[in-house]
Amino acid sequence: MNRMQTFLNGLMKENPIFVIMLGMCPTLGVSSNAINGIGMGLATTFVLVMSNLIVSLVAGYIPDKVRIPSYVVIIATFVTVVQLTMQAWLPSLYASLGLFIPLIVVNCIVLGRAEAFACKNGAVLSILDGLGMGFGFTFALTLLGSIRELLGTGKVFDLVIYPEQYGSLLFVLAPGAFIVLGYLIAIINRIKKT
Amino acid sequence: MALPASNFKNMFLALFAVTFVASAILGVVNEATKSAIIKADIEQQNSAIATILPPFSYLGSAYKVLPSGEQDSLQFFPAYGKDSMRIGTAVKSYSRKGFSGLITVMVGLSSNGNISGFKILDHKETPGLGSRMALWFSDKSKPKQSVLGINPEISNFAVVKDGGSIDAITAATISSRAFLESVKRAHKAWKNDTSNQKTSTAVKTELSIKGGTQ
Repeated sequence: MNRMQTFLNGLMKENPIFVIMLGMCPTLGVSSNAINGIGMGLATTFVLVMSNLIVSLVAGYIPDKVRIPSYVVIIATFVTVVQLTMQAWLPSLYASLGLFIPLIVVNCIVLGRAEAFACKNGAVLSILDGLGMGFGFTFALTLLGSIRELLGTGKVFDLVIYPEQYGSLLFVLAPGAFIVLGYLIAIINRIKKT
Repeated sequence: MALPASNFKNMFLALFAVTFVASAILGVVNEATKSAIIKADIEQQNSAIATILPPFSYLGSAYKVLPSGEQDSLQFFPAYGKDSMRIGTAVKSYSRKGFSGLITVMVGLSSNGNISGFKILDHKETPGLGSRMALWFSDKSKPKQSVLGINPEISNFAVVKDGGSIDAITAATISSRAFLESVKRAHKAWKNDTSNQKTSTAVKTELSIKGGTQ
């Protein structure tokens, strides 16, 4: 796969949320509004790129049978370093994104791409895959978050579109997330067929 | 690329190397960020306190108070004016009865026990419901829900459902109850804290002296 293809893959063709369907838990939990969606998406993208890079560099030295625990340790270590660094030197950013960071470790997309791609490809392609998957994830989260925020509270990106009392509580909570996600997947599958 | 064979020696070495390097990196980063994190936490705490108390000159040293019959002590942050008179106290209170568990609240109490402000420090309440505590109970344009300026000692300091006068967050009564409980807890501990009463009397005396000479 050439470089452009690798990057674009994660955006639509193999979008982690709408197609491969990895990372559903943080998706449903964090997509209650658009800003949270973007924040979580970008934080995950950063971790994805770095973990893909590191895994692609060391995968050649790790025996097959212990690759999964090794990758998990590598990912968790990296995320913890990011969290500690943010907490110490970017306190305002940490205040807004801080609670998403530990969630990224258990986001299946990160381990999934390490296992499916990074351990079998070179550093540059792995970085591009991380970027593509990360942006695809961010796009999906932001779209889901915007719809849920609009239907649930009448706002998008904190801009009031219609009064909050007409919003439907369902979309703020998890069941609404499932419903909106289901419809989005259906619509995207339909678009892909044409 | 040919991976090393999955025999015991290779697996042991690989896992050992990965975990060793990981621990080393974490240890270094932890040490490097320790003091900066403590500093950032204190700064965040102080700026939180500044927003919820009446204007003050300086903060005294924090101390802990263990309310009678309870297991967890509360942290008190006394604030003093220019004349070293205690003008307010921020109390780090909590409630375990939130919809999703523990809620931590910094309650600002002025020297007469009125709520001068509050800040929700930590909670896991539902976004869009319980999470609206911060704005709901401080909305000055809605006197039926705002707790600002109220003294928690009044008999109807409870949600309407419990016979009180305060409007709970729509569809988030449990979070609302927990919030009020945390405020009440702070006030009760404050009231029973002897160091407060001395200063309140001192303030009164000062004022009456001032009033007399003017």
